[in-house]
Amino acid sequence: MNSFIELEAIRKVFHEGEHNEFTALRDVSLSFSRGSLTVLSGPSGSGKTSLLTVLGCLSRPTEGRVKVEGELVSNLPEPLLAVVRRRTFGFVFQQFQLIPGLSALTNVVLPAYPTGKPHRVIVDRGLALLSHLSLGRLAHERVERLSGGEQQRVAIARALINDPPVILADEPTANLDSALSSAFLQTARELRDEGRTVILSSHDPRICDAPEIDRRIRLLDGRITP
Amino acid sequence: MHAWINRQSLLVDYTLSALARHAGRNLAILAVYSCLVFVLASTMLFSDALRRESRALLSHSPDVLIQKLSAGRHAFLTAADVERIGPLRGVSRIEGRRWGYFYDPAVRANYTLMAVASDPPARGSIRVGEGVARLSGLAKGNALALRSPEGPLHVFTIEGVFREESSLVSTDLVLMHPEDWIEFFQVASDLCTDAAVTVVNPAEVRNVARKVAERLPGSRVVLKEEILRTYDSLFDWREGLLLALASLLAASFAVLAWNKASGLAADERREIGILKAIGWDTRDVLTMKLWEGALVSGCAFGTGLLAAWIHVFHFRAPLVAPVLAGWSVLYPRFDLTPSLDPWMLLTLSFLTIFPYTLATLVPAWKAAITDPDAVMRGSE
Amino acid sequence: MILDKSVLALLLASGAGAAGTLAAAPHALAVLRRWDLSSGSASQLRLERMSTLVSTGMALLLLVQAPALLLFVAAADGMASHFVGAMCAIGSLKVNPFGFPALITQIAAFFGTLIWLVLNAVDGGCRDYPLTRAKHGVLVALIPLMAASFGLEIAYFSGLDASVITSCCGSLFSSDSSKVANDLASLPVRMAIPIYFVVLATAAAVAAVTAWRGRGGIWLGLAGVVAFPVGLAGIVSFLSLYVYEDPLHHCPFCFLKPEYGYRGYAFYGILFVATAAAVSAAALGLLSPRENASRDLQERVPRATRTLGLVALAGYLSTVAVSGWQVLASGLKLLGDA
Repeated sequence: MNSFIELEAIRKVFHEGEHNEFTALRDVSLSFSRGSLTVLSGPSGSGKTSLLTVLGCLSRPTEGRVKVEGELVSNLPEPLLAVVRRRTFGFVFQQFQLIPGLSALTNVVLPAYPTGKPHRVIVDRGLALLSHLSLGRLAHERVERLSGGEQQRVAIARALINDPPVILADEPTANLDSALSSAFLQTARELRDEGRTVILSSHDPRICDAPEIDRRIRLLDGRITP
Repeated sequence: MHAWINRQSLLVDYTLSALARHAGRNLAILAVYSCLVFVLASTMLFSDALRRESRALLSHSPDVLIQKLSAGRHAFLTAADVERIGPLRGVSRIEGRRWGYFYDPAVRANYTLMAVASDPPARGSIRVGEGVARLSGLAKGNALALRSPEGPLHVFTIEGVFREESSLVSTDLVLMHPEDWIEFFQVASDLCTDAAVTVVNPAEVRNVARKVAERLPGSRVVLKEEILRTYDSLFDWREGLLLALASLLAASFAVLAWNKASGLAADERREIGILKAIGWDTRDVLTMKLWEGALVSGCAFGTGLLAAWIHVFHFRAPLVAPVLAGWSVLYPRFDLTPSLDPWMLLTLSFLTIFPYTLATLVPAWKAAITDPDAVMRGSE
Repeated sequence: MILDKSVLALLLASGAGAAGTLAAAPHALAVLRRWDLSSGSASQLRLERMSTLVSTGMALLLLVQAPALLLFVAAADGMASHFVGAMCAIGSLKVNPFGFPALITQIAAFFGTLIWLVLNAVDGGCRDYPLTRAKHGVLVALIPLMAASFGLEIAYFSGLDASVITSCCGSLFSSDSSKVANDLASLPVRMAIPIYFVVLATAAAVAAVTAWRGRGGIWLGLAGVVAFPVGLAGIVSFLSLYVYEDPLHHCPFCFLKPEYGYRGYAFYGILFVATAAAVSAAALGLLSPRENASRDLQERVPRATRTLGLVALAGYLSTVAVSGWQVLASGLKLLGDA
């Protein structure tokens, strides 16, 4: 079996035991193989983002198990989980979540800081990634001065700085026009072709129905629907 | 090890940029922090300097001082008294000294008039302390007229003014020829104010003092080490009192620091959320926050200490001197010898950096345990 | 009561230490009872997060104990001028009965906190927190020690009365006193010197073996426990004589003074650091789990033991070197002429 990430019977409850208890995921079991491009679709509140956070080890499932490369990670202590997260996943968030006031380059290299690699090495890789995404000349520009599409490419470069095998993107095209959306899809396909596992969450038909997508998973009320 | 150093240097790098980006907010706390260090450091530097000054002065004073008492009041020693002490084992010299206080109504200050036995000023001439010269507005070569308690006016030529280094105690001193002194105060020539005893072996000082007290029952015997002790206690006490008050300041500062660190601004909170989401772990964020504290502390400590140094050694501590130094009508104007005691630095950091770091620790930790999925949940 | 700046600083440091360990007690007990890294439950997650805070806070509180010990001795030495009869720290410490107990608990707290800091460093270096339980156990043990240290300091400083006529080192080590100190002082130099150097050299050898093998911290600890009192006794019985160049002056405090170039701080510094490294190595050996040790722990413990062994080795070697030099270079000759 070639599955890189496995989810087994995942349940995710927010505010457990409180009056506003909310079950975001119910009995979700999935597995993802290397070199695939998957899209999670479904209406707002269907649990796409929750599934991404559990998948990407940003949060622990309330019940169920998450395995990365066969290793059980869902009950790892936080620092270990952070290491797994850093090595395995690159995130592209919906509003890009770049830190204003910092240059594009600094934003890109931030995830590599805790790895303890030499500054030079990190910066060289950051510059290489930025120029690969045709942002080389904007590397030292402050991120808030960049356009939406440029900001997203900075976010993609940041997701790639630690060379993770999995890229997770939450509603990547929500703030982009259709030209930029297809550019993003192009990039996602390239990443997949490099052998990475790319998982997007989206309810944008331009993405969900794109021919590049290998696999479509539909969520409704926290469950996978066929 | 290399990885550790790399990681720390990168975290410091990030911290610096974060501090710079939130400069306005950080400057306020930095200013208060520096002020606190400044007050504490000024107090310590100044009292340390005073202590050193008085020690330096007393190093020239006699080991044992004998005063005669009559009806519990200070009286003159006679030559016979000095003879009665006679030759004592361990004593290298006994010398009767003549000095007295004089109130000068013209400047409304007390002078100490002292006769010098060896190398005295010429008859009719005096050497004066810096304070005397300053108050009377006179300099070397001028004449100082003093109306003796007995009536007649005496005019002395100022032969010299003392160096300022020794002015803390000698500032009000007027040195004159013994004959002039006798004439001025109209005191019999076989009387002296007190007697100074020089002892060969410092360990024997107490024995000598005891023997003197036995031979001259009506006398008071003062030891140099006791004066030193009194000075030390006095300076320590004043410094301690001021520091205790300042510690209240430090405590309220710690509360302020706590408050400021707890009220993390929304953009800072968001930044930490992002860092957590992109792979920083609680300890990375905590370390970054501790670096932030260390940098702020270092900056405030350096600034406050430097300002205190300039305040004390350049401007003679105008803000703390009235509390710490004043003991006479003549405020001594003295140059303090600059020096920095490592123990003082250690104490100062205990009283400032330590409470600040403790106060900011819990807020820093609270920021560091931000859930890594907070960023995504916010957008859901 | 003496209102001195270092007194304020010391009370702050030890008060914060006592309050901090006490405040961490509920968490430490919870860790001892419930710590289960494999659980991943919400309560375990809370324990882990709390652990980060407690570890960082404790590291901070305990890191200041070493400079606090230095400051305590320096303060006692500096205050000697306030008391009739006191020439050095001994006089100030003897002003009331709490002085020496306060010093001794401070020393104990110093070693205890260093053990904790070493465990914490190794624990923090491993991703599976293998020493968390042990470290919190040591923390619980530190609570009474820190509290005692704080209490004794308050008792000592508040009981300082400048009118007390105290005695100085001369009387503590004079021949008519019947104290342990005096027995040490009257130990024949001819006997004390060989014992001292043999014991310290042996400790250095054990440290070298430990550093080389990265194991056997317990033996190093034992050597340290023996070498420490021998080192102190050596200072009282003969090193002091060579330092002061006076065949009767046995004081272990006077040479902390600037007149002797603060030599005492160097002497005590290397001995204390070596001892702390030795006992920490022992604690590490005793407290790290032998079975099911994670890969991190298997890698970290020998590395830490090796480092501690090297530190102890350097400490003991320099103790031997410095005291040997002191004996040879001193103007005083006690051996050789008979």
